[in-house]
Amino acid sequence: MLEILQEYWLTLLIGQYPHGPLGGLALTLILAVFGLVLSLPLALIITLARVSPYKVFSLPSTALVQVVRGIPLLMLIFGAYFVIPKLTGQVVSGFVTLLGALVIYESAYLSEVMRAGVEAIPKGQIEASRSLGVGYWQTMRKVILPQALFNVLPSMTNQFISTIKETSLGYIISVNELTFAANQVNNLVLTKPLQVFGILAIIYFIVCFTLTRGLLWVDFRVRKARAMV
Amino acid sequence: MIKLEKVNKWFGSNHVLRDIDFHVEKGEVVVVCGPSGSGKSTLIRTINRLEPIEKGTIRIAGEDIYGKGVNVNQLRAGIGFVFQQFNLFPHMSVLDNVLFAPTIIQKRSRKEAVGLAHSLLERVGLAEKVDAYPGNLSGGQQQRVAIARALALHPPIMLFDEPTSALDPEMVGEVLQVMKSLAKDGMTMVCVTHEMGFARDVSDRVVFMDAGEILESAAPSTFFTAPQHPRAQRFLADILHPRA
Repeated sequence: MLEILQEYWLTLLIGQYPHGPLGGLALTLILAVFGLVLSLPLALIITLARVSPYKVFSLPSTALVQVVRGIPLLMLIFGAYFVIPKLTGQVVSGFVTLLGALVIYESAYLSEVMRAGVEAIPKGQIEASRSLGVGYWQTMRKVILPQALFNVLPSMTNQFISTIKETSLGYIISVNELTFAANQVNNLVLTKPLQVFGILAIIYFIVCFTLTRGLLWVDFRVRKARAMV
Repeated sequence: MIKLEKVNKWFGSNHVLRDIDFHVEKGEVVVVCGPSGSGKSTLIRTINRLEPIEKGTIRIAGEDIYGKGVNVNQLRAGIGFVFQQFNLFPHMSVLDNVLFAPTIIQKRSRKEAVGLAHSLLERVGLAEKVDAYPGNLSGGQQQRVAIARALALHPPIMLFDEPTSALDPEMVGEVLQVMKSLAKDGMTMVCVTHEMGFARDVSDRVVFMDAGEILESAAPSTFFTAPQHPRAQRFLADILHPRA
């Protein structure tokens, strides 16, 4: 295992770069981070639409979430991979395809997490803010969302970690992320699939575990500062 | 100052307010009491439109609160409201809770409003707790912060919805003390409360409700010594001399 790591660590880390496109763990992290950064605001918009008292906003957003939740991510990726070029006549890179599918998928799930957080805020909080003369949006922004998003931080962490692992589906459409790189390594080594994919699993674990612990720590510190523990 | 005329409200088929006529003069302190489910909390919540009404009119300083061109946020900014469950914002420090309305509604800078917040907290006896979070405070302290928060926009009217009902007995006094000092300063107040001592000593008038109706409205001296309505007599007997 160690000699594989010794020989191929650079491939696993950055793919063929600088002789080819950036790949490996670096690309996986880039995909995950971009996926998160793009799906967070989108999820927030979907959440606001879902909890809106106006049906014009709540119905379409609910429909979107239900549809996306009912489809496997792989189908979404295939859909984007095969359908978008057909519709637009444009060649879309695997990276963009995967990122697009991830963002749609994650924002649907993330919005459900956020909505649960918003709906769990006691009604008295809203009434307290409104009774001071503060409007709907300011109440949302200053009272409800800060509490709701913080309360669901553990669930959001969970979602983030799923995203990191789901980037591995890029392998199917030849996005040269970590799993793809590991498979390349496996093809070169040829005789040690168990070790190669063992390394792959360990790398995913380390990344996800570190992120979980890190965010738990942040969560704990904030709770302590607010006298919630 | 506050004038309700023929106010009616239903929750579904449940008729919770029946033809309510209710007036409060400027500087008057009115206590609303009655058995649970009598509609007293609903009544007080209609005054700042936390509960919409189906029939009747409500006027604040002469203006119909459901009239055209009435901005509900402006209306509410002029009426302080104190809840049974305090409803402090747990993610903000005591100072930020009090600064909340001045910074958002009056768009004052923190720096400018901080002095006001300090003086309000001093008034409720919590000057040393500015940096604490609500989770660090006792119930009585939380309710006093909630009163300071409600006072931050200098509303001419304060509404109290059972402000001491969620408190441990030994903390009731500190909250009533703050309310008493407000009353002494001439604040127009409507208090839904079971604190009959407060009603007797501080209020100008006691209003008794049952089943969505106002059955009696009298000065505390009359109400406690010679209640007219049989339902009020029974209520007083039960509350002053509870049978085990």
